[in-house]
Amino acid sequence: MQKISRESLVEKAIAMLQAHEVSAVLGWKKGEFDYDITPALFTDAEDLQKNFVWNDFCGANFSKYLVEKTRNIEGKILTFLKPCDTYSFNQLLTEHRFDREKVYAIGIPCEGMVDIKKIKDACGEGIASIACEEDVLKVTTLYEDAPIAIETETVLAERCLACKSKKHVAYDELLGETGEVLESNRFDEVERLEAMTADERFAFWQNELSRCIRCNACRDVCPACTCEKCVFDNPNSGVENKAAANSFEEKLFHIIRAFHVAGRCTDCGECSRVCPQQIPLHLLNRKFIHDIDRFYGDYQAGAEVGSRAPLVDYTLDDLEASEIFEGRDN
Amino acid sequence: MQVKEYKPLIVAFCCNWCSYAGADLAGNNRLNYPADVKIIRVPCSCRVNPMFILRAFQRGADGVILCGCHPGDCHYTSGNYFTRRRMALLFSMLDFLGIERERTRVEWVSAAEGAKFAATMNDFVATVTALGENKRLEDLRCKK
Amino acid sequence: MQRIGVFVCWCGSNIAGTVDVQAVSDALKNEPGVVFSTNYQYMCSQAGQDLIVDAVREHNLTGLVICSCSPRMHEATFRKTAQKAGLNPYMVEIANIREQCSWVHKEMEIGTEKAIILGKAAIAKVHLNAPLTPGESPVTKRALVIGGGIAGIQTALDIADAGFKVDIVEKLPTIGGKMAQLDKTFPTLDCAACILTPKMVDVAQNENVRIFSYSEVTEVKGFVGNFDVTIKKNARYVKEDICTGCGACVDKCPMKKNPNEFNLGMDNRPAIYIPFAQAVPKVATIDPNACNMLKNGKCGLCARVCTAGAIDYTQKDEYIEEKYGAIVVATGYNPISMDKFDEFAYNQSKDVITSLEFERLTNAAGPTAGKLLRPSDGKHPEKIVFVQCVGSRCDACAEKGKEYCSKICCMYTAKHAMLTRDKYPDTEVYVFYIDVRTPGKNFDEFYRRAVEEYGVHYIKGMVGKVTPEGDKLIVQASDLLADKQLKIDADLVVLAAAIEPDKSARPLATMLTASMDTNDFFTEAHPKLRPVESPTAGVFLSGCCQGPKDIPETVSQASAAAAKVIGLLVKDKLTGNPCIASSNELMCNGCSSCERVCPYGAITYVDKEFRMPDRTTRMRRVAQVNPAVCQGCGACTVACPSGAMDLRGFSSSQIMAEVDAICK
Repeated sequence: MQKISRESLVEKAIAMLQAHEVSAVLGWKKGEFDYDITPALFTDAEDLQKNFVWNDFCGANFSKYLVEKTRNIEGKILTFLKPCDTYSFNQLLTEHRFDREKVYAIGIPCEGMVDIKKIKDACGEGIASIACEEDVLKVTTLYEDAPIAIETETVLAERCLACKSKKHVAYDELLGETGEVLESNRFDEVERLEAMTADERFAFWQNELSRCIRCNACRDVCPACTCEKCVFDNPNSGVENKAAANSFEEKLFHIIRAFHVAGRCTDCGECSRVCPQQIPLHLLNRKFIHDIDRFYGDYQAGAEVGSRAPLVDYTLDDLEASEIFEGRDN
Repeated sequence: MQVKEYKPLIVAFCCNWCSYAGADLAGNNRLNYPADVKIIRVPCSCRVNPMFILRAFQRGADGVILCGCHPGDCHYTSGNYFTRRRMALLFSMLDFLGIERERTRVEWVSAAEGAKFAATMNDFVATVTALGENKRLEDLRCKK
Repeated sequence: MQRIGVFVCWCGSNIAGTVDVQAVSDALKNEPGVVFSTNYQYMCSQAGQDLIVDAVREHNLTGLVICSCSPRMHEATFRKTAQKAGLNPYMVEIANIREQCSWVHKEMEIGTEKAIILGKAAIAKVHLNAPLTPGESPVTKRALVIGGGIAGIQTALDIADAGFKVDIVEKLPTIGGKMAQLDKTFPTLDCAACILTPKMVDVAQNENVRIFSYSEVTEVKGFVGNFDVTIKKNARYVKEDICTGCGACVDKCPMKKNPNEFNLGMDNRPAIYIPFAQAVPKVATIDPNACNMLKNGKCGLCARVCTAGAIDYTQKDEYIEEKYGAIVVATGYNPISMDKFDEFAYNQSKDVITSLEFERLTNAAGPTAGKLLRPSDGKHPEKIVFVQCVGSRCDACAEKGKEYCSKICCMYTAKHAMLTRDKYPDTEVYVFYIDVRTPGKNFDEFYRRAVEEYGVHYIKGMVGKVTPEGDKLIVQASDLLADKQLKIDADLVVLAAAIEPDKSARPLATMLTASMDTNDFFTEAHPKLRPVESPTAGVFLSGCCQGPKDIPETVSQASAAAAKVIGLLVKDKLTGNPCIASSNELMCNGCSSCERVCPYGAITYVDKEFRMPDRTTRMRRVAQVNPAVCQGCGACTVACPSGAMDLRGFSSSQIMAEVDAICK
């Protein structure tokens, strides 16, 4: 259950709309189901009252939406940013992707978001509705008479279990409190894979990546992927491909995508959240982040505006490519 | 039946100012290395996009080597420093995906190091030959 | 579709000995787009070139592939041949089948097979070649020298002597820099003023030189050959063209107690002052922070005594805009602050001084008129301790010092020690050092004279602590060679403070988009081969802004920089390399990644209006490459995630076509 109430967000949004301080509000609303909460733009109080949602399913990171919305909307946009969203927000500002003046950013605390896949694992398919209560989700399914109670903590998304920061690094105003950067175990899985043999790693990724259907959801949701035209959509790039014809192209796409966002990825985890094939894509990004930290010193993309990404920087005594595997016997 | 000896396909990207000249010097000195190595000239090692390397593997290369000026000697001052970071991260990622790490290499070869160029290529070809065909990054359609 | 001609060279037997040239030209004939393929004994010969020209005309060729020696050998030759035949010179690709094929392989079969593949790769590339034309830009025949020390003066003089206009911008009221503050110069011991001041006069009188003193550069736009620079002339409240430098105002000024910068605060100067007698320009300057008239509107004495009427209390800062073809950075150095070196008691005792202060103390024009007297009580010091490497070659203490060697300290300390013993033979002189470094003409001989002839006590070891006790300074040190601890009751301690680039260098580097190292020294275009050029075209380096240097080295580098500037200004226009980066604005995200990896500052951003497919217009930030500045390394092309940035002559599609051809 989120500590800050939906009502306080709605109240703030309505107040700002009515005072003409902002002309639109970027928030969440219910999708087809209770659990597929989607981003939405609100321009009037009534709509906000009725449809604005804030609960344990509001995982969507709004930062990327600002690129397009700030271009298309006159006046300021009010947006709510969870701590991890603020990192993407800063990263986009570093890359001049939207006009800071056109955004009123309100930082809101986040207690972690849940993973619908875990809920389905626990309750099965056929979920009719879900109510978020204090520490518990009440899931009503088509097949059970009584709602099934699940402890929220047990179905938290992987990225929230390994939350890197409760601190807001960008905002105009805070509702509720901001937290601290956390000691996170987010690289454990990367290290587990690194400890495998090359054959095991190949088998692992072959199994994961071969499920890719090249729907591009990971790219489309990624706040670091805001290219005007993606190389994979550009017929002149020489690597254009819409659908992967074989396992190589899946690898090519995911390696290049991860490389393009390396040093810029804030590790928000949206790629894995939206993957319909449940491929742990965030592990590719985390591998780059982990390597960058180890090779070049700790760097958190988006921690501050204007910081120099590690791939557009160097030192005279950087590690050689031949030295990266030193001390590893697998 | 005669089994054809396995010959790897090696793509070598060489920067114009140091390594390509180093390769020329290997030629001037008649230093042998296998013909499996095919050199592509680029202005600077920093011109090499990871995409080119993956493309080579996709089309059937068994090894890709990138040669540039020694750190500190880049004709463009800083190009090879960017190369060093990019390739360290890319190679680490390929290893993470289970691709044999011996298939990729970065080597700094100056215009005066013809012998080093030849020795490097001999060593790299031997290493890749021992690994055998690249099966993990190929595009099957591109194989004869 | 291109019409491609393939020309396979035998190079006598150099190629033909290991490569079946007939088989190569036959095989390449069947490649798509190839309409003509032949082989010839010496393609680079006149007859070979004629063969190419004829083939171009006869077969209407649009692209050429020459299978021959290395492009580093004859690319330029064959480009000219193409031009002679009416083709764009950049429609030529070379397949290197000599150095990288026939010469490294022994078997004909293998060599031939590889030559064919290399030929195919070149054909695949030339299919994607486009005609390229080098850009041209005019050159403004005027140079700007930033900094008026010996480096800047020498550079300006040399450029002016070649007949070009030069402007010197100096932030202090006079040119002369650090050298003007020195007493004698090593290793010849001639007096600094005697050799510097004539140069200062020369430069002031040279009609090609303008000096903007008490001024600074505030904005630099443009690029090599075409810089637009804004210079701020700070108000000195004295009309420069009217002031005669008589000094009457200086004598009469009642606000006399201001630390004298020229003597490093060891004596005082009035609010209106001329830094030193040989200042250039020799005009007075009012210190607005000290002048009672400027602060409170009371006084006006200087205006009353000035018979020339040069005083102007209402003077304002003035901004001058000027165009330059080349910019020389000569911003020099400063000794580092001793604030962090508490162990040497610099802030506790007036008798702990830096080496530059020691220069002033021994200078005839200094605060003691050249007599070596203790700043605290004006007594003659009987025992002097010189401490070397204060803040230089710091490793563990990198936080408060510098990791590099300041290079000049060993020699000037030897000079100080020698001169002291020469003038005051009763004085005991100790020098504590880590190493004595004396490479340079007559340098080691000089140092040895200090030790052998003048009896200076050189002790290998560092001073740990200096403690003022009564009128003595207790110096605790270790003698590493004798392996014992020393305690010396000194009268004067002189610290050889490390030198660092002037603080104005960093913001200037940003303005110039010139790169710096972590110590704020400017980086050279190449550390060995282009030591006086910045990687940013049109920006040159002179003196200590590039690294610690002594005077002879500074002067040589200053003249070298001048030679480079002259070489640039003598051209009427600059012809660029056409193989440069360019950005596809429709795809550019404006993310600045490319700008950050560009070593030349060739990339800038503009907000540009675009018509979108839905007929709306949108302002977008897009990258633009300055063709006069880009050198074509291609770092930006990989930094660009969208692929908007590409390199002409080595485009992504060209390189991928080569990869494909090789891997087919």
